[in-house]
Amino acid sequence: MTKVSLSLNGKPVSGKVEGRTLLADFLREGQGLTGTHIGCDTSQCGACLVHVNGDLVKSCTMFALEAEGCEVTTIEGVAAGDGTLSGIQDAFREHHGLQCGFCTPGMVMSTAELLKINPKPSEADIRDHLEGNICRCTGYHNIIKAIMAASGQDVSGIAAE
Amino acid sequence: MTVGTPLPHDAAALHVTGQARYVDDLPVPANCLHLAFGLSTIARGKITGLDVSAVSAADGVVAVLTEKDLPFENDVSPSVHDEPLLATGTVHYVGQPIFLVVAQSHLAARKAARLATIEYAEETPIVTIDQALAANSRFEDGPIVWSKGDAADAIKNAANRVQGSMEIGAQEHFYLEGQVALARPQEGGDMLVHSSSQHPTEIQHKVAHALGCPMHAVRVEIRRMGGGFGGKESQGNALAVGCAIAARQTGRPCKMRYDRDDDMTITGKRHDFRIDYDVGFDKNGRVSGIEFTQYARCGWALDLSIPVADRAMLHADNAYDLPAATITSHRLKTNTQSATAYRGFGGPQGMVGIERVMDHIAHNLGLDPLEVRRTNFYRDMTETPPTPAQTTPYHMEVEDFELNAMVRELAASSDYQNRRKRIAEWNAGNEVLKKGIALTPVKFGISFTLTHLNQAGALVHVYQDGSIQMNHGGTEMGQGLFQKVAQVAAHSFGVDTKLVKITATDTAKVPNTSATAASSGSDLNGMAVKAACDTIRERISDFLMEYYQADDVRFEGGQVHIGDKVIRFEEAAILAYENRISLSATGFYKTPKIEWNRVTGRGRPFYYFAYGAAVTECVIDTLTGENRILRTDILHDAGASLNPALDIGQIEGGFVQGAGWLTTEELVWDASGRLRTHAPSTYKIPACSDRPDIFNVALWDGKNREDTIYRSKAVGEPPFMLGISAHAALSDAVAACGAAYPNLNAPATAETILHAVTAVRS
Repeated sequence: MTKVSLSLNGKPVSGKVEGRTLLADFLREGQGLTGTHIGCDTSQCGACLVHVNGDLVKSCTMFALEAEGCEVTTIEGVAAGDGTLSGIQDAFREHHGLQCGFCTPGMVMSTAELLKINPKPSEADIRDHLEGNICRCTGYHNIIKAIMAASGQDVSGIAAE
Repeated sequence: MTVGTPLPHDAAALHVTGQARYVDDLPVPANCLHLAFGLSTIARGKITGLDVSAVSAADGVVAVLTEKDLPFENDVSPSVHDEPLLATGTVHYVGQPIFLVVAQSHLAARKAARLATIEYAEETPIVTIDQALAANSRFEDGPIVWSKGDAADAIKNAANRVQGSMEIGAQEHFYLEGQVALARPQEGGDMLVHSSSQHPTEIQHKVAHALGCPMHAVRVEIRRMGGGFGGKESQGNALAVGCAIAARQTGRPCKMRYDRDDDMTITGKRHDFRIDYDVGFDKNGRVSGIEFTQYARCGWALDLSIPVADRAMLHADNAYDLPAATITSHRLKTNTQSATAYRGFGGPQGMVGIERVMDHIAHNLGLDPLEVRRTNFYRDMTETPPTPAQTTPYHMEVEDFELNAMVRELAASSDYQNRRKRIAEWNAGNEVLKKGIALTPVKFGISFTLTHLNQAGALVHVYQDGSIQMNHGGTEMGQGLFQKVAQVAAHSFGVDTKLVKITATDTAKVPNTSATAASSGSDLNGMAVKAACDTIRERISDFLMEYYQADDVRFEGGQVHIGDKVIRFEEAAILAYENRISLSATGFYKTPKIEWNRVTGRGRPFYYFAYGAAVTECVIDTLTGENRILRTDILHDAGASLNPALDIGQIEGGFVQGAGWLTTEELVWDASGRLRTHAPSTYKIPACSDRPDIFNVALWDGKNREDTIYRSKAVGEPPFMLGISAHAALSDAVAACGAAYPNLNAPATAETILHAVTAVRS
């Protein structure tokens, strides 16, 4: 067991992990942050996305030890301290960009990255960016709508409700 | 007014912040153990030697259980007790659980599960439909045949006739949250089970049998699933039972979660089908007689295959009035995962069969397939019912048909005719890329075909502060059931949904529930909750009328109007409490009118039908078979929708999942019976870029003719079959490549399309 220390959602944390402990497991089991979901175990579905030093990372394919000294943000660190939803979170809620919700934390983390590099993405940009995020419920329509809305774009033309 | 309002999903705020808890997220005591199954590596044979000593000796392993260690019933079947939790001397598919590892961690259990030495006397597995037919390997004694009229005679006397056969692939559910269960031993031998299950009562029943205790000693709770789609109707039994037995034996909480590869290897999928057809028709394409032979590959155990195969037969007509029809169904037993429930429950396969026939007839006559479809539609119900009565091949009168009007509206709004012309012109000028367009309808029967399942219960409490707690037998898997039913409850008391607390499905609160399946969730549980709310409201009303000496009471806008007196709902609640009025009630509902005899194939299995239609335009690359969905327009009938936003979400998601089934999602078993596509790396569900570029979805402005909950209609499964339009459009594009009929199988992967293009060109 090795000690790992990192900044998690703005707070310093540390814990003992095995060399092979995945960041996702460290977050879920070590830190009790279960909003990071494990969907496919193989870095394909995107449910486990977190930010490490500002970069989007699938936490099921990164060792916890690799995050030593890093700034890690999970879905639990996205809303304001008083619980106020971020613009992206609110858009996913308001525009029905979720059903079972299992992919949602990953979608929100992925969207945050997209809007950082491309504040007004087109629909095509969004499709491209979300290629590593799988949703089985929504058919993606309302996810795209939510992201367009979160980036301040007009969504009135994107189907009903 | 909360019914009919497009409110967000009840847990939306929890989901976007990561606070929504799934079973694997529940805090567990530090002494919790973790389980994994040791799996069969062959598809068929006898176990001649099983040595688990290395498993037992592995790091972190607490116990290893084989079938001999099971204290009571070794069975996790939802039907005929043919599905042992742990193999009993023989194995029937690659991935069948043989032993159970109980360990200190998930990883330790999984690692140890690979360490057993298992010797087999291997037998030749039956993997394909042809192999099963050759070996006469089947469930039930022989094929099931239902008929109406003399189809053979009608076909013989028809002016035209086509025959064909279509292969329709299976489908993996790919719920994002894999199967998972957690069992926590309680005092006196009781067991609390958290199971990601659409059917908590079934889990309770199976766990009770496995522990040798009455059902009252087992409580099953589930707040939500991360997707179900039918895959959590029976497939969670093994995990829950395994956890309960291990928890009983160790006295410690036990949890089991399948990794994705294990999940895809162990659990059942949608049944793949072959459908043969022989149809007679006139010069306009009007069918006079049709014979279908459906071959369903059911896998190794019966599971739910009988009702699934029945429902395929029940949807062999889809939207078409077939004067004479014979439908024959073979339920074949193979050495593969036990095929199970999946959104549509056989209906999609049956529907693909008749839609293929409509396309084939149109191709044969050189007509627009839409015209052939319309020619064969049932007649719309108007003020005066059609005479003589129109009946399905199972002799049920179709009393609520409205697809003629819906298709008229959709064809106009999607500009179908002009686009079809433009596509023909475009195709004439393009050698490499070819486009296709198709409009396909859906008529889907609503009710469980096993009539007694059409019942539901609810439990509603009003607390003295006016807050309301609601519970029912339905489970939430993302479909928005809990919010829709909460809207019903809020409506009953004339209050905001914020006053209504939605609680986890719990067998201790509402007993003897049916699976949340067959699209029945809102219909059944909405009515049961309404009944409970009505009971409480009437008690409050009666009391208030006497208390205030008034003649009428109205609950509206968070207030209660008693004659001229107006008080807040909260005041009414405390007043009722202080005057010793019971503020808790159960509710019960059973679907009326239905009766069904599956032996004779006659009756009214469905309370009503839900309708929809979709127009899809695709383009294919004839050099590679690659393809895209360019545009989809949908008009769907959700009756008077309880929540149009959630219902539209079901329609969009259902269409994409249905289109995925028929295009990119290909399950491949090799000759030894091993599933070769057991992860998202090799099994391709639709991604964001697979959604149509243009996607217009609208609700049909109608209401249920039957007295359902606020005249709404079920919406879980029906839109799945709108995805058939994508397959039909791809077939249309292939047809543009040559004179022959494409005979496009499903899924229409790039490879399949390329094969079909080559075939029509030669």
